[in-house]
Amino acid sequence: MLSLGTILLILLVLMVLSALWAVMATDLLRSTIALALTSVFLAIAIYMMGAPLAAVFELSVCAGLITVVFISAISMIKPEGNTRKEDLARKRRKRLKKYIPLPILLAVAGVLLWLNRVDLPFTPDADVFPLTLSEIMWDVRRVDIAGQAVMILVGVFGIVVLFKEFVRRGKGGEE
Amino acid sequence: MENLFWFLTSFVALLFIIGLYALLATRNLLRILIGMEILTKGVTLLLIAAGFLAGRQNAMQPIVITMIVVEVVIIAVAAGIVIASYRNNKTISVRALRNLKG
Repeated sequence: MLSLGTILLILLVLMVLSALWAVMATDLLRSTIALALTSVFLAIAIYMMGAPLAAVFELSVCAGLITVVFISAISMIKPEGNTRKEDLARKRRKRLKKYIPLPILLAVAGVLLWLNRVDLPFTPDADVFPLTLSEIMWDVRRVDIAGQAVMILVGVFGIVVLFKEFVRRGKGGEE
Repeated sequence: MENLFWFLTSFVALLFIIGLYALLATRNLLRILIGMEILTKGVTLLLIAAGFLAGRQNAMQPIVITMIVVEVVIIAVAAGIVIASYRNNKTISVRALRNLKG
């Protein structure tokens, strides 16, 4: 049976690789899918670290909702230029040249971090945490919940205002 | 794993390197949002790691949930702004935002 440290190592390495893919992919759609994959690996890691509610939020919101938002944005923004094979290959080569320092930088940073480990004084407290999750969410952090509701309303109003503008312009025949 | 906090923090650092590089290397607005997302994932991992190692998962989860809600609202509004920018300028390059200056 694998230990928790080994499982976390595998998950986090996969997460970093998919984040790298999200940044380096030529196609925006593939970048978005890679980003969703990053969220999936992070959500599994979060679950393994004993935070199931945060894992569910990460999986449903970050891997689901944000991917949908990105894909709908990409579908509204039509790709520019022609998509001939030669052009795509040229674009890919140009992109690779621009992003080739990133994996090298990551490898160097990874090796340096691994070799120069710092023993941070981070020891868990002996006593068990007294409050349950629901007590913290609904009693201690009540203001946060209200703040979240306000944030969601702000987001909804922001999107409504933006798309209202599009509809008005579309009707006015400006575009 | 004898030093789990350093091990997890190393991955946070790697995610930050990827996110910052993505922000610096591109002019595509959607790719900038992807870079921001990767940076936020680093912060999420750091919070989760701190809560996990302190044995305070219950205290940490509401903070992470709040952060995820804020993150999704920011991304949704930013995506709307990117689409609006595209409709006005026919491009999603940050250079097109120059015409915001008065």
